Amino acid sequence: MADYILEMRGIEKSFGVPVLKNVDFRLKKGEVHALVGGNGAGKSTLMKIMTGVYSKDLGSILVDGQEKQIHDTHDARKNGIGMIFQELSLVPTMTVAENIYLGEEIVSKGLRDTRYMNRRAGEVLEELGIDVDPQAKVSSLSVGLSQMVEIAKAVAKEAAILVFDEPTASLSEAETRQLFKMIGNLKEKGVSMVYISHRMSEIMEIADSITILRDGTVVHVGAIADIDLDGIIAHMIGGTSDKKFDWVERKIDKSGADILTVEHLKVNAQIEDISFSLKKGEILGFAGLMGSGRTEIVETLFGLRSKMAGTIKLKGAQINPKSSKEAVDAGFALIPEDRRQKGLVLIHSVKENAILPIVSRLRAKGIFVDEKAADQIVENNIRQLNVRTDGIDKRINLLSGGNQQKIVIAKWLNMSTEIMMLDEPTAGVDVGAKAEIIDLIRGFADTGKGVIFISSELTELMAVCDRIMILYDGRISGELERKDIKTEEELQYAIQQK
Amino acid sequence: MQSNKSKKGIQWDKYMVYVIFVVVFVLFAVVLGDEGFLNPNNLINILRQTAMISIMAIAGTFVMAAGQIDLTVGSVTAMTAMIAALIIQSTDNIILAVAAGVGFGCAVGMINGLLVTRLKLPAFLATLGMMQIVRGAAMWITDTAAVPIGNAAFNKIFGIGSVAGIPVLILWTILFYIAGILLFNKTAFGRHTLATGGNEMSAIYSGIKTAKVKVIAFTMSGAFAAFAGIMYAGRMQAGRYSYGDGDEMSVIASVVLGGTSMAGGTGSVIGALFGSILMGMINNALILAGLSSAQQTMVKGAIIILAVAISNLTQRKKER
Repeated sequence: MADYILEMRGIEKSFGVPVLKNVDFRLKKGEVHALVGGNGAGKSTLMKIMTGVYSKDLGSILVDGQEKQIHDTHDARKNGIGMIFQELSLVPTMTVAENIYLGEEIVSKGLRDTRYMNRRAGEVLEELGIDVDPQAKVSSLSVGLSQMVEIAKAVAKEAAILVFDEPTASLSEAETRQLFKMIGNLKEKGVSMVYISHRMSEIMEIADSITILRDGTVVHVGAIADIDLDGIIAHMIGGTSDKKFDWVERKIDKSGADILTVEHLKVNAQIEDISFSLKKGEILGFAGLMGSGRTEIVETLFGLRSKMAGTIKLKGAQINPKSSKEAVDAGFALIPEDRRQKGLVLIHSVKENAILPIVSRLRAKGIFVDEKAADQIVENNIRQLNVRTDGIDKRINLLSGGNQQKIVIAKWLNMSTEIMMLDEPTAGVDVGAKAEIIDLIRGFADTGKGVIFISSELTELMAVCDRIMILYDGRISGELERKDIKTEEELQYAIQQK
Repeated sequence: MQSNKSKKGIQWDKYMVYVIFVVVFVLFAVVLGDEGFLNPNNLINILRQTAMISIMAIAGTFVMAAGQIDLTVGSVTAMTAMIAALIIQSTDNIILAVAAGVGFGCAVGMINGLLVTRLKLPAFLATLGMMQIVRGAAMWITDTAAVPIGNAAFNKIFGIGSVAGIPVLILWTILFYIAGILLFNKTAFGRHTLATGGNEMSAIYSGIKTAKVKVIAFTMSGAFAAFAGIMYAGRMQAGRYSYGDGDEMSVIASVVLGGTSMAGGTGSVIGALFGSILMGMINNALILAGLSSAQQTMVKGAIIILAVAISNLTQRKKER
């Protein structure tokens, strides 16, 4: 019997730039091992190598003391490694039992043995303490229960190692409790688990040991009993804080009238009592963990969700945008989190994307679009935002992530935008473009407009915001003036508090 | 050299229809020259026969560029022809007949649009159902009897007349294409349509009311089909429930041949014109070559498969 059920030694991986540098990771049998690190520290990459989604450049993986080659997810499963994906991988139109046995149906006499599979699935669910009818359709289950079924699916396939990637992000408090109970059950059965989360309180509660990654290297390994929250945060942030994004204190007229006032906004049952205001020229940051409600709030302001209660005032006048068009007409802009899904029409050109919101206002004679003016606007955007492209007619999906994002922002600079809301605007953007985008946001705010800036990257929030609002589970849990925040650790600490 | 090649690959679907058009035309001119394919009367005849499909293909381009599909157009031509014929018969008022017919087309299109946007039905199923309802209504209104149109002016304006030697059917087609091309290429609505089909989510996040775009596209499709129905009525000097049988398929094939992707987001109105004429040309050639109508139908089917296959291939090339 080996000391470790799973051992990763000297793992290296690079996507052009090195992402993992000589990483060792060791998992004991029957333990819950927390994997912690900031965005881009390499957690997900390491786990994707373990579960066969990516291949490693160097290093070795040992399962039960024996070296194994894991080339794809199938190899991983053969070795008893299962991953619980953030995006659920269940087929909603099929039953729970059908999903559990998907791809490995039990067959007798050439037909699916439905009765056996239903019974066996029922047993697995009961063992795990999941109260679900194996014959229920997955589409009828809550997100929380679906996640439990996903776990049952891995357990039914006799996974000895389970990887959880932010499992509680979309779960309610009660569902989280149930998940933890289940993790406890699995532990007793000798299943080993890797638990990735940004929620330190959860990690302190459920994990036995911890590995902390920073910039692709392991900076700390140990028992959870030997470390506290401050210690974890110190290791995560360390001394390598990105010096590229320096904060520049900006002058804001605090005595002036609010450009935006939101009072007691209720988005849904989870997200309520959201009140804040924004001054002319101010950049307000929204900080919080995944699932804290940041995106939902800006989507509500943008008319994409209907609010259940509360008031929104733009320059003192109450507004109630019921569609994105009404919000845009009022002067709102939203740079959405998912650039490819929501920000761009990938099969269209740079020009078509950049002029999409404004095209109905670009009229030369009668009803026709003024193409010359449109070309000029886009040419200007490209010059001013330093977009690297062969021309305005190039297909947008051929541009790099950073240049694509500049075009998404350009869409709204071309409009008479009063309030720009940016949801994770630098995700998947290289460092150079990141700095440019941050400058752009500052420049926009300097013209007396308002900015709401959402980011999971604390360095960025610290660099660009004048004030940071902290959200926790759909409520405002704190608010900090930027000049009162001395270190990133302070901010990280604040985010973890209820 | 390499980049030149790949550029051609991307543009291939845009110009495909013109290349095929020229190749097929030359082929028929050589093979069927003796049967009178190149005779000016025959060529004008092709254009006349395809006029209705051509006009419906304009609106079809909008519908498909928005990522939708409209199967009702064929049955709308039949019901509109019946309505127009009955109104001419009872009132002899051309304006009333045309207004009622086009109004009916708009109504069907709008219902299609609302079924898709409000009830969230897939366009294929919503318009499949509407197609049956409208076709059934066209049969029911006179118990399948044809309604002759005695108004010579109506027949001349919409069907059999000509101006300066050019048949009115061709003139109407030209008129509609000018309007369609301007609307598609030069207005904000054309851009909004492409964005809706290209990525509806992004369009919504850009402040576009995509539901409105879809309803307008369907309404246009109904209106254009209604006008095609009036042309059928004028040309045949009667209303018949059987008009436009299978036209929805010819329209879809024309639009896709013209370079509009079934998935939405791309499209060309002028391409649809060439697509429909190409189909008409092939039809004509099959008759000249002495094929039976059964054989013609089979070849038509093969053309539709070919069109969709090419659309898919070029689509896949793009994704690479």
